Amino acid sequence: MNTVISADKLNLTFQTNDGPVHALSNIDLDIERGEFVSLIGPSGCGKTTLLRVIADLEQPTGGSITVNGMTPEEARLKRAYGYVFQAAALFPWRTISDNIALPLEVMGVHKAERDKRIAENLELVDLAGFGKKYPWQLSGGMQQRASIARALAVQPDMLLMDEPFGALDEIVRDHLNEQLLKLWAATKKTVVFVTHSIPEAVFLSTKIVVMSPRPGRIHDVIDCDLGDERPLDIRETPEFLKIAHRVRDGLRAGHSYEDV
Amino acid sequence: MTALLRSWQSAVALLLTAIALIKMPLFAETAANAPETATVSVIVLLAVAGSVAAFLPIGRAVLAFVLLIAAHAGAWLLLSSLSGNEAQARAPFFLLVAANWLLAWACVTHLSALSPRSRPVATFLRLLIPAIFGAWILIIWEAATRGFGIPFILLPPPSAIGARIASSLPTLAADVQQTIFKAVLFGYVVGSGAGFAVAILADRVDFLRRGLLPIGNFVSALPIIGIAPIMVIWFGFDWHSKAAVVIIMTFFPMLVNTVAGLGAAGHMERDLMRTYASDYWQTLFKLRLPAAMPFIFNALKINSTLALIGAIVAEFFGTPIVGMGFRISTEIGRLNLDMVWAEIAVAALAGSVFYGVIALAERATTFWHPSVRGG
Repeated sequence: MNTVISADKLNLTFQTNDGPVHALSNIDLDIERGEFVSLIGPSGCGKTTLLRVIADLEQPTGGSITVNGMTPEEARLKRAYGYVFQAAALFPWRTISDNIALPLEVMGVHKAERDKRIAENLELVDLAGFGKKYPWQLSGGMQQRASIARALAVQPDMLLMDEPFGALDEIVRDHLNEQLLKLWAATKKTVVFVTHSIPEAVFLSTKIVVMSPRPGRIHDVIDCDLGDERPLDIRETPEFLKIAHRVRDGLRAGHSYEDV
Repeated sequence: MTALLRSWQSAVALLLTAIALIKMPLFAETAANAPETATVSVIVLLAVAGSVAAFLPIGRAVLAFVLLIAAHAGAWLLLSSLSGNEAQARAPFFLLVAANWLLAWACVTHLSALSPRSRPVATFLRLLIPAIFGAWILIIWEAATRGFGIPFILLPPPSAIGARIASSLPTLAADVQQTIFKAVLFGYVVGSGAGFAVAILADRVDFLRRGLLPIGNFVSALPIIGIAPIMVIWFGFDWHSKAAVVIIMTFFPMLVNTVAGLGAAGHMERDLMRTYASDYWQTLFKLRLPAAMPFIFNALKINSTLALIGAIVAEFFGTPIVGMGFRISTEIGRLNLDMVWAEIAVAALAGSVFYGVIALAERATTFWHPSVRGG
């Protein structure tokens, strides 16, 4: 196993009009290649901020972090990761195919290769035949699948996902969780996944990082291996519930000194 | 009772026709060319037929068609009967015009309520309804100016304006060529283009944004009445000085709208481009300019009317003996009001076509925007 992401005493303080906000405080975290790591915690715990620091969308104010042994900026410039946002963020003036082609155009991938990757990735997220549609002609779940296909088209080693299914209803979410798990099993990419849903985190992850707010910090790191075969009903098994319970305890403890 | 309420226009039209019948004849005794009884009977019969049709058990489309024919045939006969009898019209004439107008109103109401399945019919209806509206503005204008004998200087009838347009086509064409195809188009393209280019520059170079936008604001506040004569001194009498005025007028709306449009792309989309390690120009062309298109087309539409106004007004301050503004300013001095109105009509038509072309281009370019795709 080799370490892909390594954070050491990472700090990030935002200067706001109400004084400094400690979004990240002394974060130590190592993520190995091929792991599926969930960052879970209440809002304001810095889970999205941590993901954005890995993606070089925020600059840390202290400590150090390496991505693939490089600074996050170098990793970004080498297109080391694909990022999936909370919303699909598809461009409405482009068809689904052209949206998937967008990062490839930016990277200068030539037309034939682009078309090949579009077809492959549409297939992968179960959207074959929808390439010529515009985003606003598809449902929310299909849009988010298209945005995952767009992130995968770059063929990154790493997927950074920021609450990608947060805005979707329970049924669609379950379905996409299953699909994502299959995708991860098939491609063995490293996934860093931000969520605030305990079942989602336990179902998907090999490692769960429980975070707590004010200041944003890591409260607990839970290893979680329910095996490669994970049907949805695994969520009823004692093993699953035990881990879910520990996550819930961690989330509560993070809150304990707060007057909730 | 509900039938009466639903078709109140027809009921009132019938009432007006009845009063007109009692108060006959249409024109004063002194009228030189009073219409024959047969013609008057046809006019009355058409009005009655149109009014009664609303209370017969016929379909909406058939009714609308009957109303369309009755109202417009009646109006046509009434207007034709005016020739030789100007200023001699009596109350029944205007009552019958009003009755026909009400029938046309009822017709438009029924047409608007139709929801045809086939696309060509829907398109035809979409054009027909405003056409009926426009026609009735002209019919009432014509009937009022000639029926009351309104002095030509105050308001010439549309038929006289139409005749003037037909007889002065070469002059009008030369004026359009001078004002629209030279001053307006050149000024519009250069002014909008410069506004766009400077907006991109201001976006790229911070001190330009801070320094230039307030100055641009100042320039846009300059009164064109003051600028136009100065431009004539600088650039001469020909169309170049008018184009300069148009450039000044169109520059700022494009600058402001483009700057606003370049800020319209969302944070998430910008972050997305950043994760692709996209450079400034790639982000500009693939994200920010497409997102700015609705703003840019707004400026293009505003500028299409501003350019026309600017060029015509600028021609009041010195021009060769051709141009729409020149023609308006000289013909008003000679009290050739029909020519002035002819120029106004041509300018309005040209402006509408100009605007329409840009609106069509907008629909094709920003088809994805919720305001265009509807929802």
